[in-house]
Amino acid sequence: MQKSDFYRGTIHSLASSTIMNLTLKIWRQRNRDDAGKFATYQISNVSPDMSFLEMLDVLNVDLIKKGDEPVAFDHDCREGICGSCGLMVDGRAHGPGRGVATCQVHMRSFRDGDVVVIEPWRAGPFPVIKDLIVDRTSFDRIMQAGGYVSVKTGGAPDGNAIPISKHVSDEAFDAAACIGCGACVAACPNSSAMLFVAAKISHLALLPQGGPERKARALRMVEQMDKEGFGNCSNNYACEAECPKEISVAHIARLNREFLKAKLT
Amino acid sequence: MKLDAKIPDGPIQQKWSNHRFHLKLVNPANKRRYTILVVGTGLAGASASATLGELGYNVLAFSYHESPRRAHSIAAQGGINAPKNYSNDGDSVWRLFHDTVKGGDYRAREGNVYRLAEVSGSIIDQCVAQGVPFARDYAGYLDNRSFGGAQVARTFYARGQTGQQLLLGAYSALVRQMDAGTVKFFDRREMLDLVIIDGQARGIVARNMINGIMESYVADAVVLATGGYSNAFFLSTNAKASNATAIWRAHKKGALFGNPCFTQIHPTCIPESGHYQSKLTLMSESLRNDGRIWVSKKKGDKRPPGEIPESDRDYYLERLYPAFGNLVPRDVASRRAKEMCDQGYGVGSTGQAVHLDFSDSIKRLGRSVIQERYGNLFDMYKQITAEDPYQTPMRIYPAVHYTMGGLWVDYDLMSTIPGLYVIGEANFSDHGANRLGASALMQGLADGYFILPYTIGDYLASTKFRPVKNDHREFKKAETETERMVKKLVSINGKKTVDEFHRELGKIMWDHVGMARSRAGLKKALKLIPELKSRFWKEVKVTGTDLDLNVELEKAGRVADYFELGELMALDALHREESCGGHFREEHQTAEGEAKRNDARFSYVAAWEYRGPKKSAVLRREPLKFEYAKPSQRSYK
Ligand SMILES: Cc1cc2nc3c(=O)[nH]c(=O)nc-3n(C[C@H](O)[C@H](O)[C@H](O)COP(=O)(O)OP(=O)(O)OC[C@H]3O[C@@H](n4cnc5c(N)ncnc54)[C@H](O)[C@@H]3O)c2cc1C
Ligand code: SF4
Ligand code: FES
Repeated sequence: MQKSDFYRGTIHSLASSTIMNLTLKIWRQRNRDDAGKFATYQISNVSPDMSFLEMLDVLNVDLIKKGDEPVAFDHDCREGICGSCGLMVDGRAHGPGRGVATCQVHMRSFRDGDVVVIEPWRAGPFPVIKDLIVDRTSFDRIMQAGGYVSVKTGGAPDGNAIPISKHVSDEAFDAAACIGCGACVAACPNSSAMLFVAAKISHLALLPQGGPERKARALRMVEQMDKEGFGNCSNNYACEAECPKEISVAHIARLNREFLKAKLT
Repeated sequence: MKLDAKIPDGPIQQKWSNHRFHLKLVNPANKRRYTILVVGTGLAGASASATLGELGYNVLAFSYHESPRRAHSIAAQGGINAPKNYSNDGDSVWRLFHDTVKGGDYRAREGNVYRLAEVSGSIIDQCVAQGVPFARDYAGYLDNRSFGGAQVARTFYARGQTGQQLLLGAYSALVRQMDAGTVKFFDRREMLDLVIIDGQARGIVARNMINGIMESYVADAVVLATGGYSNAFFLSTNAKASNATAIWRAHKKGALFGNPCFTQIHPTCIPESGHYQSKLTLMSESLRNDGRIWVSKKKGDKRPPGEIPESDRDYYLERLYPAFGNLVPRDVASRRAKEMCDQGYGVGSTGQAVHLDFSDSIKRLGRSVIQERYGNLFDMYKQITAEDPYQTPMRIYPAVHYTMGGLWVDYDLMSTIPGLYVIGEANFSDHGANRLGASALMQGLADGYFILPYTIGDYLASTKFRPVKNDHREFKKAETETERMVKKLVSINGKKTVDEFHRELGKIMWDHVGMARSRAGLKKALKLIPELKSRFWKEVKVTGTDLDLNVELEKAGRVADYFELGELMALDALHREESCGGHFREEHQTAEGEAKRNDARFSYVAAWEYRGPKKSAVLRREPLKFEYAKPSQRSYK
């Protein structure tokens, strides 16, 4: 491989021009029922400009050519918005860096010779389907339990009929930015989904549109969260630290208030 | 076959309301007896499933994603149009209609476009009511911006994440219906075939992507909302899994394919950095409001941009288009960038990029203003390239972004197969030869919330359905055929990976069926693609089995379809001896190098009919009439 192949278009970033060789320890699991185990792979010629997922693509080409099955992982947009990707990298949900999804991590965050450990999200309500792919449909079931405003198509008043202060709307947006990736659950020692649930509760509780149903929504979504087997929040805040959208734990406080108010009345 | 677009008679302003009055209604008590399959739950499919569920139909929705919220629609950044005229700058339904027909270079249907403009206001109302946090001004009212060179501010936006917020809104409406039991969602299912019985679309065969089992689903009507096919080029701004399989297989079952060669190439994407590149990232074209595009006047200039003095810089868009400068439409900006690079003026070590420079704006407005406007885009650029656009100009290059072509549909959004509807980017309908910025989200949601739910009722109410179960021989036949295809793919056991073939196809498409097309190039593509396709069927290597979660197998099936679709795209581009919108034929340009339409010969929709693997597709024409928006030559000088 010619070195120049790797550097097409990057004349300004000579600092990142060292090719790396890495050892990867990757969780392999055939299916839901398989016990699973780590497999070790060597990968060479890793460019710092590659994204983390592109590095896995390159590994997979090697595996396929050897007749092995490639490592299965979820991904789609590769720009941090669809919430599909989600890997534990060296024990951190979404790997190194703050405010990024796994697909936004670049190999320049690693050094030549590093051993990189790659695992799926580990949480009871996220069973592994294969290798690094987990089943997060528990999140959809929580959303189904009231994570919406009950407005029928066609029944809406003019968009400008309800002015909403910019400040409130911006705060609601911060919560609505959740991509449903599940990193908060994976990072939490209790596998709590509080940050995910709080983001939706907060988004809708802040806006007048969400007002009429806020009590039922808080009660039902929390009930479903418990039913799915997610743990309790013990104010560990690992969720906020690993959330790719940096959703604030302040929303958990709002969820708690919403829930209590709903319980008391 | 006669193509009847079924555009209602009467003045354009009354077509849709008259038509709605004439559409037959299904008795409310009977709606739950009708089953509708919706394949795809992006903006178009989620909004349609939710609305059909609300109406009381029995809806089964399918997606290859684990959740509707992961669809490609989630990645749309810039915004959604609606002529609310909140900005009081003279906007109207009429103006949006005109802009869209003109922007599409007079290759779209007037009737459809007018309806789109007409219903778009309701989309905004609907989304606001769902809790979509659109941008607001300090008085608390909805904010608008001007987008993609529009002369009025009609674009509603939610930071740089409009698609995300709209999709989450449609998803919330969808989960509400799942909660109510009217919609059942099937995750990780990939539709691999359409089943037709007695000439009617009656169901699908979908592969359960976890265990590989082929499953058959019966219905009274089928809706495809499966998105666009930009990934035929391998590198595009689309999500990695976006694909054409559903529409292509329906095409092979008889649905005509409209204007397959109409693709849109977006000028402001982050260039390729290496051979491992897996996709391209779009940066909002709002960047062109304050960034200046330039290359060095010297060919192959390897000096860092900071060392190239003003006198050696060619701000070529400002030079060629003094009136519009850096804000010329997408297709013009893209083509000029490619031309500069082809002539050897490209920047960066690949020479496949041009500079987008903010230093003048930073000097004029201050860093903080630029940061406020584009901070997140600058961060994204830095994260991907490790370069700081506050210090050094960005490098940008065009990338394939959107496909205007798709399955042909009539005014009711029904394909040429009775009972098969196609909505969103998957159909060919409203954008002609070029789509305006912020109009895809509008079209997907218009189709799903406000058009299909009415028109499909008319079909159901006026059609007789024979009772059918999923053990009908047509279902069994489709299951057997799809199984045979997947088994074949895992058994070839050649030497090259699916991605290697896909990249090779992408290169042929980009070189010959991309931004500038020529007769010779297209003929070459028509020779190269079938050759590559036959090598694929002999040499591809897919490991693992078909009865398992097998990502390589999923990709292989999609790439197999891209070969065939790619060929049709080239054929369509070759037959269209004119330049229009995103379709630029080198033989057909003005002395200044601008696109030259040929209205006398090509004012029609090209709809292609599949005739079997060994036969060439047959062209059917739907003539276009312009009664309200009179064709003129675009000029941005
Ligand atoms: C980076 C980017 C930015 C954009 N920004 C804008 C913008 O600012 N404004 C704008 O108007 N437009 C924008 N667009 C265009 C717009 O996002 C898309 O055209 C639109 O979202 C398409 O929506 P859709 O519902 O038709 O399809 P998609 O969102 O692509 O959804 C397709 C659905 O079909 C499913 N599917 C597909 N095939 C199958 C199958 N065989 N079996 C089962 N399920 C299947 C998928 O799982 C998915 O649910 C942008 C596009 C890109 C790439
Ligand atoms: S709260 Fe953050 S970490 Fe949790 S699902 Fe949402 S985006 Fe992911
Ligand atoms: S792949 Fe979409 S968020 Fe990472």
